[in-house]
Amino acid sequence: MNISRRHILILLPAAAVAWKHVLAGTPEDSPNYRMSDHWWGMLIDIPKCIGCGNCVRACQTENDVPDGHFRTWVERYHRTDWHLENPEVISPDGGKEGFPVVPAGAEGDYFFVPKMCNHCTDSPCTQVCPVGATFISPDGVVLVDQKYCLGCAYCVQACPYGCRYIHPQKHVADKCTLCYHRITKGLTTACCEACPTGARQLADLKNPNDPIHEFLKTHSVQVLKPQMATGAKAFYNGLDGSVR
Amino acid sequence: MSGLKDAGHLFRFAGLFVIAFLVFLVVRGYVVPKSFGRYGHYRAAAIDEIAAHPVKFAGHQSCESCHTDIAATKTKGAHAHVNCEACHGALASHADDPTSVAPMKPDTAVLCARCHTASAAKPKNFPQVDPADHSGGVPCQTCHNPHSPAIGADTGTTTAATGGAK
Repeated sequence: MNISRRHILILLPAAAVAWKHVLAGTPEDSPNYRMSDHWWGMLIDIPKCIGCGNCVRACQTENDVPDGHFRTWVERYHRTDWHLENPEVISPDGGKEGFPVVPAGAEGDYFFVPKMCNHCTDSPCTQVCPVGATFISPDGVVLVDQKYCLGCAYCVQACPYGCRYIHPQKHVADKCTLCYHRITKGLTTACCEACPTGARQLADLKNPNDPIHEFLKTHSVQVLKPQMATGAKAFYNGLDGSVR
Repeated sequence: MSGLKDAGHLFRFAGLFVIAFLVFLVVRGYVVPKSFGRYGHYRAAAIDEIAAHPVKFAGHQSCESCHTDIAATKTKGAHAHVNCEACHGALASHADDPTSVAPMKPDTAVLCARCHTASAAKPKNFPQVDPADHSGGVPCQTCHNPHSPAIGADTGTTTAATGGAK
């Protein structure tokens, strides 16, 4: 191919622009953390949850979550023969201070379900934001740019899991960041750190050595509301079909 | 040329349009943040701002780098996989400055009961007691070392059954 001077003059600025974007693609300040190396999720092992509320308290401490709002919370399900499809669900103060005593001789079975942002791969919440204030980071964490957020609460309505709220002081959307400030430093999330039974485990789906792969292979693992095709990455082991 | 003779107003209009477009580009350059659109339709700098949030739970690796004796006790007992800050609370401040920030000793009456109070909702294989019936008000650490809770467990240290008291 013959490249004339005219072609070079046209191609050079284009190449310069392209190179600028290449350079812009490596902005991370932390020297050892590369966003492109990770794809974060969470494993929640329901048979291990004892409903102590440690995760809820740890999350509120770590992330300054205002009282009465929750980035993670624990629900207690009560299934009886009469209500297999629609069990009774309670979550007093998010399960932060535990749960009321189960009445002696109560029918049916009880179990705890910790809830949090599912960090969906195809998240409905990021799709409805009119200003680009909420987004999926390149490492798979759904985040809110609180400087950009208008507080319109579209995303709060869009989340099928009820994981977002409007911060009462900042008047912007707030949600679980999967402790982004921790996982980018090689720590686990505050809820995982505080969980005494290992019912929660941070999972890196791009890391071939992460035990999540073996766990997904050997256990019956589900996500919440799979029919909504959100690509949820909070994987529940031992999830009962009645959990919504 | 006669076709363009009366077209001056069109050129003026086109000129206005070009000027307006340039003004739009300049204003847009100022208003849209530099990092907007780097990864997608959002401000990439927000990622770094979120990552800059201060850490409050130091993580058990930090604790174990100094408290090797307790870490060794813990690995032998049933609480091996319970992280330090699950009971002791967020202590990054202590890890940052161990001399001036002293951690509070947790109240075992509240702490142990939080996990081990019997409830039909808890997994069947999880050790559960009715605190009043189990100890009759005697503090848990009288019999159990929280770091290795089995009674008479070989804790390997002198801190057995003192609740961590020095």
